[in-house]
Amino acid sequence: MEAAAAEPGNLAGVRHIILVLSGKGGVGKSTISTELALALRHAGKKVGILDVDLCGPSIPRMLGAQGRAVHQCDRGWAPVFLDREQSISLMSVGFLLEKPDEAVVWRGPKKNALIKQFVSDVAWGELDFLVVDTPPGTSDEHMATVEALRPYQPLGALVVTTPQAVSIGDVRRELTFCRKTGLRVMGIVENMSGFTCPHCAECISVFSRGGGEELARLAGVPFLGSVPLDPELTRSLEEGHDFIQEFPGSPAFAALSSIAQKILDATPMCLP
Amino acid sequence: MEEVPHDCPGADSAQAGRGASCQGCPNQRLCASGAGATPDPAIEEIKEKMKTVKHKILVLSGKGGVGKSTFSAHLAHGLAEDENTQIALLDIDICGPSIPKIMGLEGEQYMEDNLGVMSVGFLLSSPDDAVIWRGPKKNGMIKQFLRDVDWGEVDYLIVDTPPGTSDEHLSVIQYLAAAHIDGAVIITTPQEVSLQDVRKEINFCQKVKLPIIGVVENMSGFICPKCKKESQIFPPTTGGAELMCKDLEVPLLGRVPLDPLIGKNCDKGQSFLIDAPDSPATLAYRSIIQKIQEFCNLRQSEEENLISS
Repeated sequence: MEAAAAEPGNLAGVRHIILVLSGKGGVGKSTISTELALALRHAGKKVGILDVDLCGPSIPRMLGAQGRAVHQCDRGWAPVFLDREQSISLMSVGFLLEKPDEAVVWRGPKKNALIKQFVSDVAWGELDFLVVDTPPGTSDEHMATVEALRPYQPLGALVVTTPQAVSIGDVRRELTFCRKTGLRVMGIVENMSGFTCPHCAECISVFSRGGGEELARLAGVPFLGSVPLDPELTRSLEEGHDFIQEFPGSPAFAALSSIAQKILDATPMCLP
Repeated sequence: MEEVPHDCPGADSAQAGRGASCQGCPNQRLCASGAGATPDPAIEEIKEKMKTVKHKILVLSGKGGVGKSTFSAHLAHGLAEDENTQIALLDIDICGPSIPKIMGLEGEQYMEDNLGVMSVGFLLSSPDDAVIWRGPKKNGMIKQFLRDVDWGEVDYLIVDTPPGTSDEHLSVIQYLAAAHIDGAVIITTPQEVSLQDVRKEINFCQKVKLPIIGVVENMSGFICPKCKKESQIFPPTTGGAELMCKDLEVPLLGRVPLDPLIGKNCDKGQSFLIDAPDSPATLAYRSIIQKIQEFCNLRQSEEENLISS
């Protein structure tokens, strides 16, 4: 029906959409999504996070929002606001689960249907940035998300990897996915990039080294930075605290702030 | 076109095509005709194929990046050290097939005489090829792997899975339903962010009645190669796997510490167990592998007793 195409919809007030992807699981997509959102918010932006990982929704916990209820409003679902100023909001399937330990055992078509709803039926209001966190892979969720967001012209994708060859192997495929679906790659972030032993200050490459930067070079995409392993960051996420605010002296802080700044620099100032 | 109603009763339920929520669903006519209710003939075919496979183990986790493929590969390596044991390793992570790299097999299909490996990774012509498939196509590939690969006489078939609780997991359990899976080994790291997904995976196993052999806590502590002191890179802020296993009454098979040599060996496609035989991680792996063998042997003798009684 033509009427649906003419309606601006719930994403009309969202200025910039960034997807956070990786072919590989467990590299820190949700961590980077969360920290990027927090950093953008600290830079004075209004940010929303959309968590489309239906099987493993991690973001509510990372922001201390587990167990929050989701309400319907006249325009659809109201996102969960994380602060009184309403400068940071979140929607995740995690909020819809009656029991947090209950598995979402859905096949592709049902996941696609929910993602479409998530994209179109959340009343985000006015946002500077919408950060979309995805599960690992190049399958239903990714295709559904890219298709649903396509009319709103996402800024692009941030692709996360760890330094190891095993991660790079999967992330190369993700870059192909981006190319095939016409999604611009804003850059690669290498996470878990070394660990500084708290006892002797030796820096150890726990998960090998160098892969992210090398991949960016080979693929001809920007390398946005390396984030080291930082138990303070891990603990902050576990406990749902604002790492950007609490640990400005931490090794990961500098890297994350620099990545957020690069995103801001790459963002067009005026609306298209 | 792929819209499925929220309260879809399921294609194989008695209400398929007939329920209130079926109205307007594009598949309504198909379901109402009873097409979804007939069992897939592949299930019987796979049962026949699996008669020569003694033990089948699934390696699962709700969470990505906890070390499923690393563990699957080293379970295979460890078991294959006995030349008289035939091991098969099947990688059903269609989008992110890590096993060929970890086993040092990019471009080949076999390595040792008694260790066979299958993965969609072998079917891709370039390392940049992406497998951008929806659920049904992934399911078809898994069916082919189980039904059309000539596994031969195998003592242990280890199935490495992608993270999550979706198509691949449902399919492998559905297709192996008649062939009996010994059980699942579930991998986690100590963090709550992993445990919260792993609890869902345990819930999933219970829902589909898949026996759980036990949980392995990976990346459990880090010993600095320089000063030899331990630190927690991924702190167990909510009690780690130990407390979760106690709460859910599931065995904890062991804890594997982080050793930078593990990552290096996986990148090179070698067995970490051979490269670092004295590492605490190797000792942990070996103890866990032994417990898995004991579980499988116990299950086998229980079945034999049941048959003979």
